[in-house]
Amino acid sequence: MNIHEYQAKAILRKYGVAVPDGEVAFSADEAVKVAERFGGRAVVKAQIHAGGRGKAGGVKLAKSLDDVRGYANELLGKTLVTHQTGPEGKVVKRLLIESLTAIQKEYYVGLVVDRSAGRVVMMASEEGGMEIEEVAAHSPEKIVRETIDPAVGLRPFQARKLAYAIHIPDELINKAAAFMSALYRAFVDNDCAIVEINPLVVTGDGNVLALDAKLNFDANALYRHKDILALRDLDEEDPRDVEASKFDLTYIALHGNIGCLVNGAGLAMATMDTIKFYGGEPANFLDVGGGASEEKVTEAFKIILSDSGVKGILVNIFGGIMKCDVIANAVVAASRQVELDRPLVVRLEGTNVDLGKQILQASGLKIASADSLAEAAQKIIELVK
Amino acid sequence: MSILVNRDTRVITQGITGATGLFHTKQAIEYGTNMVGGVTPGKGGSTVEGVPVFDTVEQAVRATDANASVIYVPPAFAADAIMEAADAGVELVICITEGIPILDMVAAKRYLEGKGTRLIGPNCPGVITPGECKIGIMPGYIHKRGHVGVVSRSGTLTYEAVYQLTVQGIGQSTAVGIGGDPVNGTNFVEVLRMFNEDPDTEAVIMIGEIGGSAEEDAAAYVKEHMKKPVAGFIAGSSAPPGKRMGHAGAIISGGKGTASEKIAAMQNAGIKVANTPSEMGATLVKMLEERNLLAKCRG
Repeated sequence: MNIHEYQAKAILRKYGVAVPDGEVAFSADEAVKVAERFGGRAVVKAQIHAGGRGKAGGVKLAKSLDDVRGYANELLGKTLVTHQTGPEGKVVKRLLIESLTAIQKEYYVGLVVDRSAGRVVMMASEEGGMEIEEVAAHSPEKIVRETIDPAVGLRPFQARKLAYAIHIPDELINKAAAFMSALYRAFVDNDCAIVEINPLVVTGDGNVLALDAKLNFDANALYRHKDILALRDLDEEDPRDVEASKFDLTYIALHGNIGCLVNGAGLAMATMDTIKFYGGEPANFLDVGGGASEEKVTEAFKIILSDSGVKGILVNIFGGIMKCDVIANAVVAASRQVELDRPLVVRLEGTNVDLGKQILQASGLKIASADSLAEAAQKIIELVK
Repeated sequence: MSILVNRDTRVITQGITGATGLFHTKQAIEYGTNMVGGVTPGKGGSTVEGVPVFDTVEQAVRATDANASVIYVPPAFAADAIMEAADAGVELVICITEGIPILDMVAAKRYLEGKGTRLIGPNCPGVITPGECKIGIMPGYIHKRGHVGVVSRSGTLTYEAVYQLTVQGIGQSTAVGIGGDPVNGTNFVEVLRMFNEDPDTEAVIMIGEIGGSAEEDAAAYVKEHMKKPVAGFIAGSSAPPGKRMGHAGAIISGGKGTASEKIAAMQNAGIKVANTPSEMGATLVKMLEERNLLAKCRG
């Protein structure tokens, strides 16, 4: 789960990670009120869950309260298109108003879980402000890493090693190391999946602070962080994803015209791959999980069909513990309940597969059945043409 | 022969009195798995499905001499269950639970260091040696005893591969689900090494997916050391970057972990990669034919 920059900074502040003074504003009036604290000299930053806001014109430097009002009016309600939003962009509904920072140099600090090590790794670079993937591609030697033993946490010597390696000025090494230690505590305490401070800046008056902050949380751990769950902004998520999560379905909207309903994440991906392999375009990823019950299939159908671009549906279920006849009954009942008006191809395999196919055939519904995933994919592609 | 589990494996279920634990313990007993007990704190002294229940894994191991454990406890308690099993000296711990917080797994993995416990999973279907021992949630009847090893990050794709082999008359030595989480106990390389050294395994199907670099590591191992033919499939070639495709570990981030990179690495190592999951079995059959192993694998 992602949160907004201003929310991330509020969390970091609690851990003693230095951030610029600032506050969120939902209107131009609120923006001006916050900026009064800084004598009108403020940064006005659009708050959306996507990077690249600066380049897209979502960050403005105001020299007066009039400037602040002008920029706030310009940004609020505007659709910002960045390289991370997709072409449809995201509407700005909140602003962060911050004091100006006298930047001397920009750096990068991030924390992620390294899969192969099975540990948290802190990465740092003196190439701040650039995307870390870009740095990794062009000058990988400029990224330094410290792997953290969870038993003892990020040690001060590790933080100092990183700070020296990215050439933080000598007199600020201890401040930078303290910043990194606080950042690690915030990561662990809040079950983060990714933390990125880009840029971390050294200021003219000898401070080390987080000019931007991105916190991403481990969805599996949110049950123990009610305070963070409360920060979820549904405006930033696809409404169909939200609806699906209520029914314990995993749904991801894509841009094609063939809706997919599959059990198991791997098989769901492979189903999309197969559709694409035969020249079709999947409209979504949808994993109904282990139990493809009538209720779940019905809800899944509703969510798939709410996408007007869907011209047909492919159901691909490997019935293991869940038997094919049960699944077939669920598919038939769900098709009737949603009054399915678009072509449906069902591929069942596994326990009681013949019985399952009989049920589909006897239903009188226009359901095409297929023996293999490859055949199913080709059939539905033909039907949506 | 087989890897990891066989008819002598003595298995306990952690979380045996929960709905999932109970159901799959029953299924395992029906399959013929040597289930010797179960653990649920507070339920010690009772009997479930004919096996004794204990309050702690330590008690269970002492009483039953169990050497393997399967975990069905809810995600919030699963990492603790892994550590409890390791503390009790269980050699093989198979964690089925999906949705464990990643930092819990980081801690559990650290805890396992230096201990003689192998962890499979979490978020996996389990391990099966057909006809001998089924530990996990896979449907037993689709398997057939034989000589092809299967290793996979995805549950349903494992069933798909196994089923395709079985209908062609090709049995499996052992099928191992290593799980779809980013931090797991055992990776492809370790399982491939076991298959390579298992005299009864003639060939391997390896099923990967987007995210991370475990498949690239596996490809490097195959290129360097593998004596047996390997066929494969990678799920997620149509997945957009930055989206978590169901599994916590299946995400392309920062341009890394794409299907095309993985497929290229595997092909470069001599692994034949199926275009679609429907062709996993046929792809292996072709390799077996080329090496005159088909008759043996059908035997």
